[in-house]
Amino acid sequence: MSVDPSAKQTDEEHGHPHPRHELSYHAKRIYAIRELLLEKNVITREDIQTQIDYQEARSPANGAKLVARAWTDPKFKARLIADPKAACAEMGIDATSLNEFVVLENTEKVRHMVVCTLCSCYPRPILGRPPDWYKSFNYRARAVNDPRGVMREFGLEPGPDVEVRVHDSTADIRYLVLPLRPAGTETLSEQDLAKLVTRDSMIGVVDALPAVPGSKKTS
Amino acid sequence: MPRGHHDIGGTTRDAGPINRAEHQLEDWEIVADAVNQALGARGIKRTDELRRAREQMDSELYRSLSYYERWIASMESILIEKKILTHEEIDRKVAEIEKKWGEP
Repeated sequence: MSVDPSAKQTDEEHGHPHPRHELSYHAKRIYAIRELLLEKNVITREDIQTQIDYQEARSPANGAKLVARAWTDPKFKARLIADPKAACAEMGIDATSLNEFVVLENTEKVRHMVVCTLCSCYPRPILGRPPDWYKSFNYRARAVNDPRGVMREFGLEPGPDVEVRVHDSTADIRYLVLPLRPAGTETLSEQDLAKLVTRDSMIGVVDALPAVPGSKKTS
Repeated sequence: MPRGHHDIGGTTRDAGPINRAEHQLEDWEIVADAVNQALGARGIKRTDELRRAREQMDSELYRSLSYYERWIASMESILIEKKILTHEEIDRKVAEIEKKWGEP
């Protein structure tokens, strides 16, 4: 059983949210660590709430906004690739917490895919928290030696003439894949285009959604 | 120098299909994430320190824990290393909390 994070409540004010016996050794310890850090004034309740609120406010919708703007405005796309953080700021997205942030543009000839082989480095301000599979041992291991196999599992099959480039993200360099704009979307608004930009397409394991559900993807 | 247990890019042990199921974060996971970020924002710990702690963990333990459990274990060892908390203190506080929750 999980608690609805949007409820923004913690256990001690509202009764404990899950059956106690389900809590693991480490899960119990984080509650103890939190209490001790508060008692010792190492951090405050406000600190914790600020971080929860901040994290809740970050989602792949941020990335989708950037991509849709890049698809419709070539000058913005150039700026996004040249100086991603400044381009984020233009769109009201704060990416300053990222050390180095790189945007990788997919083309008909090149598909980029991002992995963090050591842990889970990920552009959180742009895409929110990483998905569970991104942190899994199988993805971290296989993205390096079987990237096409991984893409195939996600439903993407780049032709043999398409180069697949795998980027190993680190704490210091994090990436956003700029997926190809789907065919037949010339008349769509920026807002509707953003709906085609999935989180996984910005990690590079799939393309953006086709313009019409079920229509054939061009790749 | 053998590879650390965290350094698995391109290794063959984890060759199976990728489980794409996602779970909704539980309260303790959200707390772990937020406490970690708050410690970072206050300059009490750095990402690299937490990573080092994860890399120094027992390999079996690293493999057996879930993602945020690994974070919690690393956070605990860094806080103990910095003499901010002690292991015994945390044990006592866990017992206190369990009592409050009405644990058997």
